[in-house]
Amino acid sequence: MKAHLTRRYMFSASHRLHSDAMSEEENKATYGKCNNPYGHGHNYALEITVSGPVDESTGMVCNLTDLDSFVEHEILDRFHLQNLNTVPEFGQAVPTTENLSAFIYDILQRGFTHAHLEKVRIEETMMNSFEYAGGNEVRR
Amino acid sequence: MVYLTRKAEFAASHYYHNPEFTAEENRRIFGKCNNPNGHGHNYTLEVTVKGEVDTRSGFVVDLKQLKEVLNREVLDAMDHRFLNKEVPEFFTRIPTTENLAISIWQRLAPKLTTAHLHRVRVYETPDLFVDFYGEA
Repeated sequence: MKAHLTRRYMFSASHRLHSDAMSEEENKATYGKCNNPYGHGHNYALEITVSGPVDESTGMVCNLTDLDSFVEHEILDRFHLQNLNTVPEFGQAVPTTENLSAFIYDILQRGFTHAHLEKVRIEETMMNSFEYAGGNEVRR
Repeated sequence: MVYLTRKAEFAASHYYHNPEFTAEENRRIFGKCNNPNGHGHNYTLEVTVKGEVDTRSGFVVDLKQLKEVLNREVLDAMDHRFLNKEVPEFFTRIPTTENLAISIWQRLAPKLTTAHLHRVRVYETPDLFVDFYGEA
């Protein structure tokens, strides 16, 4: 029988929202306080949902230790207590939580093979959250 | 169609062990959860039903009825129990959060007559939950 499993992780990071494709004025108008050149930080909550048949011999969709160790090495080690604007893999993309969601989804989609990836959800603060479940429409 | 979610909490203990695995395999696959003396969690259960809103009552489902079924079929059986030793389906099935969600669905689905079960969500901790939608 198919079940969905969701695991929640925390990481803290700083970022500055700024696009080289816009003028100073446009950047200020678009990103407001988030355009502060010194950056600012968040405690992000990351929820990863995977799905699959429940293995009869283990009772599991996937072993949590596999998911935890993948997320720790491939995601948390990369972002926790970092400035997202300096994470090399992020390249020139503006480190909005939309882009972060899609970036983390791609890391999982490429490397995590123990269960089917359903979606990534990130809370940037208690008041706003972002979900990405794959598809090309994320980046215009 | 309207979806209605009822929340409940129960506390129970469990451990993970498959008698077909060797002792070493059990330890490797289940880690600390393999301790035969068990360990416990405060589980949070969310049961979501769906249905049309009854024009006379304005309800999708009579919440009192839903609560009674939940109490009788799930909480009375599982709250303050050692799942492996006191809940019959877990004499043979490993009481993981996945299997707990499936078992709760199987206990509730036949008893809910006025609304359709949509989802059973079981939180083992605030950082880990399983959703079961009755999918084969």
